[in-house]
Amino acid sequence: MLLAPLDRKLLRDLWNMRGLATAISVVMGCGIALFIMSRSMLHSLELSQQTYYDRNNFADVFASLKRAPDILIDRIAAIPGVAVAERRISVPANLSIPGQDEPVFGRLNSVPDVGMPRLNTLYLRRGSWLTPRSDDEVLASEAFVEANHLEVGDRFDAIINGRMEELRIVGVVLSPEYIYEIKPGDMLPDNEHFGVFWMNEEALSMAYDMDGAFNDVALKLMRGANQEDVIQRLDELLEPYGGLGAYGRKDQMSHQFVNNEIEQNRNMGLFAPSIFLGVAAFLINVVLSRTINSQREQIAALKAFGYSNLEVGWHYIKLVLLVVVTSLVVGIPGGVWIGWVITSLYARLFHFPVFTYHILFSTILAAAGVAATASVLGGLGSVLRAVRLPPAEAMRPEPPTGFGPTFLERIGLGRLMPPVLLMVVRQLERRPVKTVFSTLAVSLAVAVLVIGNFFQDSINSLISTQFHWVQRYDMSLRTNEAVSDRAVYEVASMPGVLRVEPARAVSARLRAGPRSRRVGIMGIRPDSTLFGLMNMDGHETPLPPHGLLVSKKLAEVLGVKPGDTVRLEVLVDKRPELDVKIAATLNDYAGLSAYMDLDELHRIMLEGPVVTGVQMLVDPRHRDELYRDLKETPQVATVMVKQHSIDAFNNTVAKNLGVMKRINLMFAIIIAVGVVYNSARISQAERSRELATLRVLGFTRREISSILLGELAVVTLLAIPLGLVLGKFFAWWMCTAFNQELFRFPLVVTRRTYAWAALVVITASAISGLIVRRNLDHLDLVAVLKSRE
Amino acid sequence: MNASTAAPADTVFAARGITKTYHMGEVDVQALRGVDLDLYAGEFVVLLGPSGSGKSTLLNILGGLDVPSSGEVFYRGRQLTKFDDAALTRYRREFVGFVFQFYNLIPSLTARENVALITEIARDPMKPADALELVGLGQRLDHFPAQMSGGEQQRVAIARAVAKRPDVLLCDEPTGALDVHTGVLVLDAIQQINAELGTTTAVITHNAVIAEMADRVIHLSGGEITGVELNPQTRPAAELRW
Ligand SMILES: Nc1ncnc2c1ncn2[C@@H]1O[C@H](COP(=O)(O)OP(=O)(O)OP(=O)(O)O)[C@@H](O)[C@H]1O
Ligand SMILES: [Mg+2]
Repeated sequence: MLLAPLDRKLLRDLWNMRGLATAISVVMGCGIALFIMSRSMLHSLELSQQTYYDRNNFADVFASLKRAPDILIDRIAAIPGVAVAERRISVPANLSIPGQDEPVFGRLNSVPDVGMPRLNTLYLRRGSWLTPRSDDEVLASEAFVEANHLEVGDRFDAIINGRMEELRIVGVVLSPEYIYEIKPGDMLPDNEHFGVFWMNEEALSMAYDMDGAFNDVALKLMRGANQEDVIQRLDELLEPYGGLGAYGRKDQMSHQFVNNEIEQNRNMGLFAPSIFLGVAAFLINVVLSRTINSQREQIAALKAFGYSNLEVGWHYIKLVLLVVVTSLVVGIPGGVWIGWVITSLYARLFHFPVFTYHILFSTILAAAGVAATASVLGGLGSVLRAVRLPPAEAMRPEPPTGFGPTFLERIGLGRLMPPVLLMVVRQLERRPVKTVFSTLAVSLAVAVLVIGNFFQDSINSLISTQFHWVQRYDMSLRTNEAVSDRAVYEVASMPGVLRVEPARAVSARLRAGPRSRRVGIMGIRPDSTLFGLMNMDGHETPLPPHGLLVSKKLAEVLGVKPGDTVRLEVLVDKRPELDVKIAATLNDYAGLSAYMDLDELHRIMLEGPVVTGVQMLVDPRHRDELYRDLKETPQVATVMVKQHSIDAFNNTVAKNLGVMKRINLMFAIIIAVGVVYNSARISQAERSRELATLRVLGFTRREISSILLGELAVVTLLAIPLGLVLGKFFAWWMCTAFNQELFRFPLVVTRRTYAWAALVVITASAISGLIVRRNLDHLDLVAVLKSRE
Repeated sequence: MNASTAAPADTVFAARGITKTYHMGEVDVQALRGVDLDLYAGEFVVLLGPSGSGKSTLLNILGGLDVPSSGEVFYRGRQLTKFDDAALTRYRREFVGFVFQFYNLIPSLTARENVALITEIARDPMKPADALELVGLGQRLDHFPAQMSGGEQQRVAIARAVAKRPDVLLCDEPTGALDVHTGVLVLDAIQQINAELGTTTAVITHNAVIAEMADRVIHLSGGEITGVELNPQTRPAAELRW
């Protein structure tokens, strides 16, 4: 015999419960696929990011300043720990793109006239490098070029230091510094309205009167260098030249954004597979426990004939492992495939020059290991029962469980119930543990479905609050430098402007003991109507008369609470330094923000009524005229149009999460159907004998199926409210896990989501019920009664 | 059938003062109340007694499926009651063949596979097909239990029990679920094995007719042995009717 008889039994048992085994394998396969997908994606993204950074010499420390003479770069390079120091000129520009009426802004970075930059080197996607000494050629970032449908050879106008110049795109490039291109002051990339360009240094320095000077520096550190120390020394060197505070990679916008994205996936990658494997383990527990119960006599016979406890236990463990193997066969290729799809999607989103999809063998081993462990743990209880079963005991069929009046009957409702309902209730009460477990399993399915839609709810709420209650203005603009508040009146007189409020933002560093963060301090007028200090839960925090109002996350990062004092180091203008009190915190959605009463900010800055921007309400009918006027106002550095931010939001955060959301949703449905179908099939199998007996006694098909389906219905109805609560709890958990510096998600679950989750589970129940019903209709009475189970 | 008077020299089982008490919550059920018993090599013994008299309990203890609450059991000089679980398993694997009232076949295995399940782990087994031939089922090798009658299933169970050439064959009401005709067929198979292989055989029944084929009949009642009869003349199973 090729196969030991015991193994044949195994395969045939498995075949007999193929419906259940398939349901479990699918759920577990999903868990394995999700695990492999998220691990391989994480690994591939990190690898691609690292490769990109290494090959293109992504810098470690960055700093901007007003203007310093070129010779300063030698002193910067001499800072201990600095391997490479590179200077450049980096300036904002107002662009005029053909076919684009909306305001577009660019950042122009210089590259050496001869040779290549040594840090943050560019990757030429197409076209060619700049011709040495050319003064109208630029290299443009791929994201911008694609968003505006431009190509190599296209021309556009740029207002460079007040003069209109025509520039020509000769090459399309990628830079590790701008994986995400984010306009200063924005939270998110908006590639249509902001782009990064590189041009020859000579041309740029002439235009900006920066001959022999620079205003931007990047450093590569030696291995083991102390970054904090380098930053401090660099700040000291740059201070006399208007240094805006040096920072490391962790504060570099693009890097922070990419990491945020990767981090989110890491959390998701732990959460989702655990749920699936947990549910699969639970299903294994239920199915195996039933299998072993029905095989008591077989187990007894095996033991009587000298099979050892170990052999019997191993036999059932093998059954579990076979299910694991099946799910691996589905899950591994599935995970590899989805991983590849999603990772290439991300690679495109990130504009990585080279992207490799890479799966570690250890990932697959880990997936197999985790799945096997979870399953064996799930089955262990039942297997141990089989192992411990004394053979003499097992010879006797399981003693019948006692039926008695149920709780509902005891409280006097019994007379009101029709007999079939009575049987349903007695059955459920007779086996409370099983009822509780089935209810729990189905409620898990409900919870997973809630989670699947929760992100959309959360993002919708975020968008509506952020863009409706926080940013009540339609448009805001920023100036290059602080200007007199007469600008407010100037803007107010522009076409279509309905209302204007001043804005004053100050770059500063907040220090609390050893912790520090670079932030922009926003001056707010207490009577501001265009900016709302909104919390996630929808209530507004009043602007404190004195001290700082900071994001809760910022307080967390700095390790401070209201009432504490922090050191405020202003990085612009007269660079005052002083202690300020944290007056209150704001539970907001994005970034690390700090707000202060506008007058107090002026006092601190030792300045009169100046502004660095305005916020305004605009009549959309005059928008184009307004854009034209703004383009011709030289002080305007950038214009932020709220609608563009909303679009940008939908195109990035929402899109990325959307991908995960859809996958989760699909898997959530699988879990829901798997669990419900499983429960239904098991109660059918467990009770087929009893039901067949009832049939023989003259009950109709309809009556016996209503007993079983009634059970399913009761379990489903109990599970739904529980699952909704559980779903909200998971949502809270995910909010906590996704609480990051860049974004936080509000705990919002809409009624629609709840209703949808309930509906899917009810539908799954109904379909499972129909399948069970069909099986019952075909119940072979003789066969069922003949088999001794 | 030779040993109408068994040779005491060759004792297979010696039980001394065995009791078995089941604790069922408040009440204690005394299944055995001090049983002394010897079984000799090659003999055919029938245990007779009313329902609840402790027959199964006694047989399970002899077969190493259960342990007594007190007393000692020796199997060929070795004290079973000192065996741990692993040793009992080994004992069952090497020396004991069981036949149960409800057959206890593995429903997902064919007749041949059910027998092979046991020969697989035995030291000097017969071929499964030969064992089935012995009980007259040579033609039904590849049938599943569900495709066989009760008597046929019981004969598969006997083939399974004897295929490893056990030293003792313990049968708990092997004909309990069968009609006269099939019952006779099954008993005939057991008798034949006892005769041809010399296997010490103990059969439980509460059917007094069956006692006529035994070398010795042991009466149990209320957990005690109430009498032992020697059968001067054993009758072949084929002649029995009830
Ligand atoms: N596991 C057990 N737990 C409690 N009581 C038990 C158990 N096994 C047997 N008994 C009790 O021990 C007594 C003897 O049981 P046993 O099964 O040995 O009887 P038996 O002679 O084989 O009866 P039958 O002819 O009906 O099979 C009975 O009263 C029975 O109720
Ligand atoms: Mg009995």
